[in-house]
This record gives sequence, C-alpha cells and structure tokens, in this order.
Amino acid sequence: MLTFLIRRFLQIIPVMIGVTLAVFLLMHLIPGDPAQIMAGEKADEAQVEQMRENLGLNDPLHEQYLRYVGNAIQGDLGTSIRTNRPVVNEIFDSRIWITMELAFWGTVLAVVFGLIAGIISATRKYSFADVSLMVVALFGMSMPNFWLGIMLIYFFSVNLGWFPIVGWDSWKHMVLPVITIGSGGAAIIARMTRSSMLEVLDNDYIRTAHAKGVSERLVIYKHALRNALIPVVTVVGLQFGTLLGGAVITETVFAVNGIGRLVIDAIKARDFPMVQGAILVCAVAFVFVNFLVDIAYRLINKRIDLN
Amino acid sequence: MGQQHLQPNVNISLNDKPVRKSRWLSFMKKLTKNKAAIAGATVVFTIMILAILAPLIAPYDPTHIDMSKKFQGPSSEHWLGTDDKGRDILSRLLFGSRISLTVGILSTLLGAIVGVVLGIVAGYYGKWIDSVIMRICDVLLAFPGLLLALAIVSILGPSTTNTIIAIAIFAVPTFARIVRGSTLSVKKLEYVDAIRAMGSRDTRIIFKHILPNITSPIIVQATLYIASAIITASALSFLGLGTQPPDPEWGTMLSNGRSYIAQAPHITLFPGLVILLVVVGFNLFGDGLRDALDPKSKK
Repeated sequence: MLTFLIRRFLQIIPVMIGVTLAVFLLMHLIPGDPAQIMAGEKADEAQVEQMRENLGLNDPLHEQYLRYVGNAIQGDLGTSIRTNRPVVNEIFDSRIWITMELAFWGTVLAVVFGLIAGIISATRKYSFADVSLMVVALFGMSMPNFWLGIMLIYFFSVNLGWFPIVGWDSWKHMVLPVITIGSGGAAIIARMTRSSMLEVLDNDYIRTAHAKGVSERLVIYKHALRNALIPVVTVVGLQFGTLLGGAVITETVFAVNGIGRLVIDAIKARDFPMVQGAILVCAVAFVFVNFLVDIAYRLINKRIDLN
Repeated sequence: MGQQHLQPNVNISLNDKPVRKSRWLSFMKKLTKNKAAIAGATVVFTIMILAILAPLIAPYDPTHIDMSKKFQGPSSEHWLGTDDKGRDILSRLLFGSRISLTVGILSTLLGAIVGVVLGIVAGYYGKWIDSVIMRICDVLLAFPGLLLALAIVSILGPSTTNTIIAIAIFAVPTFARIVRGSTLSVKKLEYVDAIRAMGSRDTRIIFKHILPNITSPIIVQATLYIASAIITASALSFLGLGTQPPDPEWGTMLSNGRSYIAQAPHITLFPGLVILLVVVGFNLFGDGLRDALDPKSKK
C-alpha cells in the first residue's frame, strides 16, 4: 500500500507542473499586452511600464514561470485587479468553502440517490420500476442544470414559496442548489451502478451464493454491491470534478457567492490574476480528490496496479 | 451469430466486401431493432432538418423586435409565445437550432480529429511520444468540468467561434485516450505485425489498417459527445460567455428569460425543453450505436 501511495503521489507531480504551466500561460496567451490590460485602458505608458515591471513581464518566460510557482507554493497568487486584494484571500476567506459545501452535498445527493436507483433497477431488471428509473436517469443526465435550477426556482420558490430564491444562509437556501448540482451526477451514478451490478449478478459466485441458500438481501449487499462499487467509485471522483465545474452554473443561477461565481465575475471584468488563481485552486483540488479516489479504489479493489 | 460478432474487426481492412457487407447488415439490423435508438435518431434528424429549413419554415424574423407584443403566451399567432422584446420564440428556437447544432457538431468534429491523431500517434509509436501526449491529456483533464472551457473563453473572448474552439480543446483528451487504447489493442494483432514485416510504411499501416478498425468507438464517443457539447455551449452562452445576443442561441434565450421567470415562464421553459430533447436524442442514438457496434456491450 505504501509503495502504491508513493508511486501514485509521484504521478501527481508532472500533472501539477502541467497545470501550473497551463494556468501561468493563460496570462501570456491573452491577445494584446497583459500589462496594458492589467493597468486598464486609461493607463498611460509610464503606468503600463510600471505594471510590466511589477508583474515581472520583462523577465525571461521560464524565470516568470518559476517565480509564479514559487509564489503559489507560498500562498501568493497575485493581487486581484478588481478588488485590489490578494487573490488567495478572495478565494479562501469564504468563497471556496461555500463551493466545497455545495459540491460535497451535491456529491452526497448524487451518490445516495444514484446508488439506490441503480440497485433497485438492477435487482428488478426490466420491471416497471427499472424502466421508469432509467428513463428518469436519462432525462436527468441530459437536462441542462441551469434550466433545472431556474425551473426549480419557478415551481418551489416563486409558486409554492417553499424555499428562498437566492443566497446561502440556511439549509433552506441549500436545498434547490444542491438538487440542481447533484441531479446529473445521480443520473450517471444510477446508470453506472445498474450496469455494474448486472454484470456482477451474472457471475458464478453469485449463483453459488444463491445455491447455498444465502438470503437475497445478503447476496445483493454483501457480495454483489461490494464488487459493483468498484467502477462506481471512479465515477464518483469524476463527478466531484464535474460538480466543481457545475458550481459555476449553480452559483450563478442561485446567486451564491462561491468560487464559481467569482470566476465568472473575474472573466467578465478581465481580472486575470483572479481567473488564474481560482482556476488553479479548482484544478489542484480536483487532482487531490482524484488522488483520494484512487486510494479508495485501491482499498476496495486490491488487484489494481498502477501499470 | 454471437461468435461472428466476437471476431476482431480485422477483416474490414482486408477489402473483403462480403464480410464488410454482412457486418454492415448486422449493424443495421441491431440498430433498427433498438427502439430507443430509433427514437433518438428520429429526434436528432428531425431537428437537423428543421435547422436546415429554418429560414423557410420560421413564421417570423427571429431578431425582429416588436415591443407591443412582448411577453405574450402561446397562441395561434405565436405558437410558443413571445419574449421580453416581442420576438417570436418558435422562430428564435428554429434559428437557434442552427447555432447549437453547428457548435455541437463542429466542436466535436474538431476535437475528435485532433484527439484521434494524438491518440493514434501515442498508441502506435509508444515510448516518450506516448508519455508526452498522455501527460498533456492528464493536464487538460485536471481542469474540472466547465472550467477549462471557461479559461479558454476568458483568453479568446466570448463568441460562437471561440465557443467551438474551447469545446473542441475540452474534447481532445477524451478522444485521444479512447483512440490510444483502441490503437494499442489493434497494434498487438498478428496481422499488423505481418504487414509491417512485409515492409509497409507506418502511414499506410495507420490509415489503411489501424484507423478503419478503431472507427466504432470513435463514432459512439462522437455521437455522445455532441450531446455534452450542446449543453456546454448553451451553458457558456447562459453565462454570457458564448454566443452573444441578439443571436438566438438556446442558452442565451434561457439566460434572457430568467429575469422574467415569474411573469413569463414560457420564455425559459421552451429553450430548456428543446435542449433537453436534442440531448436526449443524441444520448439515445449514441447508446444505440454503442450497443450495435460493440459486441461486448450489454443491453
């Protein structure tokens, strides 16, 4: 296990180098002069030159990159053009935790509903329940979440008045955004669990368990589900990433002040250090979650090997 | 029957016409038997025809503003009602289908072409080329969900063309990984070794023997990818970072209707339903193609 952990951790390094390089290059790929954009349209030549000097844009590219990574490791992701505050403070003061909370509950909803639906479908193959659940899953998977969010607001907030329309203060504020962000994942996990369970239920050892007189419940939960969960774990990890990305949409629809909305506001204001910082933090979080998923995967399935 | 499908596809590339014909027939038979796939294909092709015929069948000019008719609900005059500027929603949806389908199909095509080339090169040549290409894919996949597309649009600026580029880049690693895996398995087949031993050039082996044998997973993935490309494109437009108003893109229409959800929910309802319908169509069709093309897939 220790060797696995070390080797898996070492695999993160080239990805992290690539991620930081890609995020660093974002600034340099912007058409036009980054210093001019940062200093603002009205800035005179001296101000632009000062900005160029401050950003170190006169140095060779590799030096700029190394400095960027060095600063990032020390928690310095630059200063937001819009608010003039350090990017790290903007992200970590509250924003990222709101998004993490949203993504976490979204994942919980996706896993719980996805697993239950998938198990019901697989154990009652081709029944009315199976067909209905899979039709719902197909629609859940195909539904644009921004539309779902707006429709939920229309029915449950505007018409019925059950939940507040916007904000993030109490559990009542969280219900609709969590459904919006988690429903697509629930649909994907349900489909995955169903097909994975069906494959496992077809195995000889399941037939043997039945033949030995093991109760149906025990066969499903102890023998089948455990093995069927292996591919599902990977999907859950990927879903967390999708949810982080999906937070951009959900936070915009429900006016939640998370990191997703921060990215959108920063892009619209051309606040590039903020865009860079927020995207870097999300990518690092995703790489880290995938690392944890791989460990979970290894714990469930000892046969896995990094090659 | 089952045995026949479990054979590797190698016969295709040997120009054995009867085998190719029987495989095609078997594929069509499987596909036409799958009711869900037929339903999906019907939806997809109907919307495509409507998109092509939009200028002929749309009852009104999609950008024509008539403030005296704003917020009208569905009626015989305006089947799906009008929006906040009195524009006909049905006409806007019909013209919008041209933008959404173009973005979905073009971005998938572009991403698939680059991904296939990279995947084949990585799988066929292996060694350091493989490592470099796969690490680049890992890096692209490390940006969760929509964020990579957002990052690209933030550099290029919001427009339909840039949306296509952003989604295409987003698609590259998915295709590259699938194609690399398929290339590796075909490359190991003995007959490829034999052809190489006979002195065939790499490009000939790739185009004549490997590519034809890995088309099935590419077609399936591309069909399913169009569905997510359409959603991503409308999400970018919804966020104001994709197609710009007054162009009638579905996501833009939805975003516009959001402000009037209490007084005129139909402005938001119909574009969402159309996106849902098209995406369901592509997903059903893609699932059907996979079942018909992949011998190992389960129903």
